[in-house]
Amino acid sequence: MNAIDVRALTVRVGSKRLLDDVSFSVAQGETIAVIGPNGAGKSTLLRALSGELAPSGGSIHLKGRAPQAWPPRELALRRAVLSQHVTVTFPFTVAEVVRMGAGERRGAAIDTMAEAALAAVDLDGFQERIINTLSGGEQQRVHFARVMLQLACGEEASGPGILLLDEPTASLDLRHQLDLVTVARQCAARGTTTIAIVHDLNLAALLAERVIVLSRGCVAADGPPVETINDETLARVFGVASAVGRVPEQAMPFVLPHRAERHGR
Amino acid sequence: MSGMSDALPARLPATSPVARLRALMAGPLLFPTLVLLLIVAALAAMSVGAAGIPLNRIPAALGLAHPIDAAIAERDRLVLLSVRLPRIAVAIIIGALLAASGAIMQGLFRNPLADPALVGVSSGGALAAAAAIVIGDRLTAQAVPLPFAILPLAAFIGSLITTAILQRLASRGRATSIAIFLLAGLAIAALANAGIGLLVFVADDRQLRDITFWMLGSLGGATWEKAALIAPFLAALFAAIPFIGRGLDFLVLGETEAFHMGIAVERLKRIAIVLIAAMTGAAVAFAGVVGFVGIVVPHLLRLVIGPGHRRLLPASACFGAALLLAADTAARTIAAPAEVPIGVLTALFGAPFFLVLLLRQRGLAGL
Repeated sequence: MNAIDVRALTVRVGSKRLLDDVSFSVAQGETIAVIGPNGAGKSTLLRALSGELAPSGGSIHLKGRAPQAWPPRELALRRAVLSQHVTVTFPFTVAEVVRMGAGERRGAAIDTMAEAALAAVDLDGFQERIINTLSGGEQQRVHFARVMLQLACGEEASGPGILLLDEPTASLDLRHQLDLVTVARQCAARGTTTIAIVHDLNLAALLAERVIVLSRGCVAADGPPVETINDETLARVFGVASAVGRVPEQAMPFVLPHRAERHGR
Repeated sequence: MSGMSDALPARLPATSPVARLRALMAGPLLFPTLVLLLIVAALAAMSVGAAGIPLNRIPAALGLAHPIDAAIAERDRLVLLSVRLPRIAVAIIIGALLAASGAIMQGLFRNPLADPALVGVSSGGALAAAAAIVIGDRLTAQAVPLPFAILPLAAFIGSLITTAILQRLASRGRATSIAIFLLAGLAIAALANAGIGLLVFVADDRQLRDITFWMLGSLGGATWEKAALIAPFLAALFAAIPFIGRGLDFLVLGETEAFHMGIAVERLKRIAIVLIAAMTGAAVAFAGVVGFVGIVVPHLLRLVIGPGHRRLLPASACFGAALLLAADTAARTIAAPAEVPIGVLTALFGAPFFLVLLLRQRGLAGL
């Protein structure tokens, strides 16, 4: 059974088609980067996958069932989501926020797992800090730790889960971006299926074994980074002239954009 | 929790009084402290008043000790049982309801400035009660007094309708907008107050006195029957805390995040809204509009015990009870034999508190 099956997915809001006939399947343990220009439907796709938006047409199956068919608590054991901006209005401590990832569960085992998750995002010693006194990037890492804990708890209950990331590195410095890639890879090694929206194409190539390129609500390309991140796709989808090179001895592309092509689209 | 005791002194200097207070209150000391406060407030309320009853006469008056002077004990007993104790009971329950409904509302709308009195839920209840006074009088024969339960019922329905309208105005799709909620609440409060103004305009003298009661708020005229009528609302609150406490914590991260973490958000919101309306309606029905308890109490407690709702809600109920009881005792003594309306008193202290909060939280949540 595939971890995720998306068949002819259409999402309409009002008269606007945000996603149009999108289909793909994701095997258990795959790591996928979703790239595309602004307004291509990346966030809509992630919201549909998380169960937040119901499809207007077509279907989504997470672990064999539509997200809406899972009770929220069961769904939370199978997929975790890291949103782009999470604001915490009340003075919760970092440790309290991370432990929310465990849902109703608490106790020494959860405390240990929460400590480990915080250590993985390089926030050891921040446990008792009030979360909204931290910088944006630090807060983002706290939420990443919370999502990691949710994933770990779900893994204990029902096997490796699905991790959805919406621009997880947007507010992180270079070192913590790479940390996040490392943690995501460790999750993948344990069987976690990961779908991440990534803006930085080089990071997409580094993180993912497969890239889905969205353009105007449709899948424009779908395949390994070497096949999807190339001069032709970048010109066609992003309207950018660029030189895509290869990291020596690895099948990994890197991108050097040099000019916007006004008429490329 | 070992992590906390190890980590606290490392970051906050051991001399910081707030840190020490927090560490102390995070433990099992919280509820004994709050109950002690409540007992002190209750003893003061029993003792102080038009007929002073020194503390050493209270046991005898309640039949707990042998009276020195049987006649005095009998008189004290009458004062306590028929006047002070029912009033204390009503003050405790209403204080608890006001503070807890404020805390739930703030959690639900992720906004430390939300308060049922401020966003028009109390005014909606008061409008319905005032309408019941004026219109009810016209429908029935003038001489017949209205049935006892009509006003509370009207206030409850008014609060429920107001909360439902608020939620509809503030909700767009899955999300509930904080700023729109507050502004819509202000508009609704203004509308309800205009409605009350209209009713005042057409009311006769006796109706006017009754309506003024709703607008100012008072705990005068408390009876055991009234206490018994509102007690179930407090019971409902404590019954609901295990079901909504954790969910409200998750909601602080946003409705979307709460859903991601496995909360049935719409169901949680429905429960919270009905609770807020029921608790506010009950409070308005028996004490009129008493504002700011719902803001002040949860805010002070969050400073000391943190924002987790499973502790915050019962703690708010306890502290709100003690605070309103103390305020009521003050209200009926500072201008004795006249009574300062308690709603005036809470606004006098609460409004500046609210302004300070507003200035400190300006940047928050797009306000």
